[in-house]
Amino acid sequence: MTDLTRLTLAEAREGLKAKSFTAKELTQAFLDAIEAANPDLNAYVVTTADRALAQAAESDRRIARGEARPLEGLALGIKDLFCTRGVHSQACSHVLDGFEPPYESTVTGNLWDAGAVMLGKLNMDEFAMGSSNETSYYGPVTSPWRRKDGSNAQLVPGGSSGGSAAAVAADLCLAATATDTGGSIRQPAALTGTVGIKPTYGRCSRWGIIAFASSLDQAGPLAKSVRDAAILLRAMASHDPKDSTSVDAPVPDYETEPGRSIKGLRVGVPREYRLDGMAAEVEALWQQGIAWLKDAGASIHDISLPHTRYALPAYYIVAPAEASSNLARYDGVRYGLRVAGRGLIDTYESTRAAGFGKEVRRRILIGTYVLSAGYYDAYYLKAQKVRTLIKHDFDEAWDKVDLVLTPTTPSPAFAFGEKSGDPIAMYLEDIFTVTVNMAGLPGISIPGGLSGQGTPLGLQLIGRPFDEGTLFRAGQVIEDAAGRFPVPERWWTKD
Amino acid sequence: MQVDETTVRRIARLARIKITDEEARGLEQELSGILDWVEQLGEVDTSAVEPMTRVVPIGLKKRRDEVTDGGIADDIIGNAPMTDDHFFVVPKVVE
Repeated sequence: MTDLTRLTLAEAREGLKAKSFTAKELTQAFLDAIEAANPDLNAYVVTTADRALAQAAESDRRIARGEARPLEGLALGIKDLFCTRGVHSQACSHVLDGFEPPYESTVTGNLWDAGAVMLGKLNMDEFAMGSSNETSYYGPVTSPWRRKDGSNAQLVPGGSSGGSAAAVAADLCLAATATDTGGSIRQPAALTGTVGIKPTYGRCSRWGIIAFASSLDQAGPLAKSVRDAAILLRAMASHDPKDSTSVDAPVPDYETEPGRSIKGLRVGVPREYRLDGMAAEVEALWQQGIAWLKDAGASIHDISLPHTRYALPAYYIVAPAEASSNLARYDGVRYGLRVAGRGLIDTYESTRAAGFGKEVRRRILIGTYVLSAGYYDAYYLKAQKVRTLIKHDFDEAWDKVDLVLTPTTPSPAFAFGEKSGDPIAMYLEDIFTVTVNMAGLPGISIPGGLSGQGTPLGLQLIGRPFDEGTLFRAGQVIEDAAGRFPVPERWWTKD
Repeated sequence: MQVDETTVRRIARLARIKITDEEARGLEQELSGILDWVEQLGEVDTSAVEPMTRVVPIGLKKRRDEVTDGGIADDIIGNAPMTDDHFFVVPKVVE
């Protein structure tokens, strides 16, 4: 039999429909692949084999009865940030030790209602704070990609959805859920040759997703192809009365978009994204992306987004401020870790010192500082005003163009430890993605080519609010031109 | 913006995170570095700009003021590190 794990989500759906294989066979193939790969890659923090096989058996019964739902029998990995009933949900933090929620996040609930199978929970940066998956309490995720210089240096998969991206790239699931607060879907997608979309703020419910920065957090899929991402986003998105910021608008059938013509579409190329010192190969890929869209009938327009350079510093006020507030709930009383101290305050302080990792503590302290008495106006309010200007830049651009094309990251994947000593160097990983969160817009990363080291590079498309459809349409054009980028060698099975 | 050790300790106290002397010294440098870097926002004239309160222009939703769940005390205390009956147990706070 062919290797079922290499199939795309769409191909697996067709195979199940045609009864070429069963959901149980498909699920077992992934469970076997995870068992073989996880000691090297560390993409999963827990696998849920019994539950997966039970869900698959139910899917096989439904398929036999002709009652298949949209994602029937399709095996997915779930980022540890999503609460899943009775299953490890810790945002990969020590502070949530042993937490198994008695409820299900709306997004994952939608997936199970659509017939999907859960393989397990995926590794991530602690509380989604990081761009390399090095801050997880469960240890870093290793990218399935290697440089072609023969050094075998272990590369990062990006973050914070590093486990999701590595699992999709290494064929350890058909697709995965992820979340994006400043680039946490798109940057790992770019670094692993996968497709990731952060939808418009409000498109997916945030209910049951462990909160980082509530005005920026948004869930989305990581997948092997543009079509797969479209299939999965449709199932994840919904209006949810339990999230007052979720949007009460019908979810379009995104899968009708890939393959449609982009003739006449106006594509903006923002001059402020051309950075000094940007890798030449990233610039070359950007030019290639422009040429591909032009060849497909789009028109290209030079545009200006003048406040781009202020997005990252504003983000590093807004996100830590909201995080310091959201993470106040981890007090050692109601769930997770408790470190006993002398009295209540000492118990709080000891629990939080032991439970949070270094980067999380750093961001809580920054957030506490900028929100503290006398500083609120100078930092948080100022940053929210700059955010208004960033959104205004895009609002002006939408008069002239229908979408915006940029690189996803300023450079390809780096090795462990290369950036972890310098917080600001790590923060710069998100320089092209963070504006999209600040303005609440949808953004997709599509693999565009390989670096000189043979590792993936991504192109980002940014759209109008709730115009994910155009991103899938133009994204397919890039995928058709560039091809897909499977990992060239499964080195982890050869040890 | 130079953050001194006293400020680091005050912030850590507000955030309810215990820090060692060594950590306090390291954090002086780290927090100062990050705050210096965000100072560049001072270049932007925001005198006539409203702060963003929501990215998508939708009104705040309302719902009927009614009880929608309850009777789930077992679930609520199910993950707590220390409980007694249906109560969370904490160290003594009143003498």
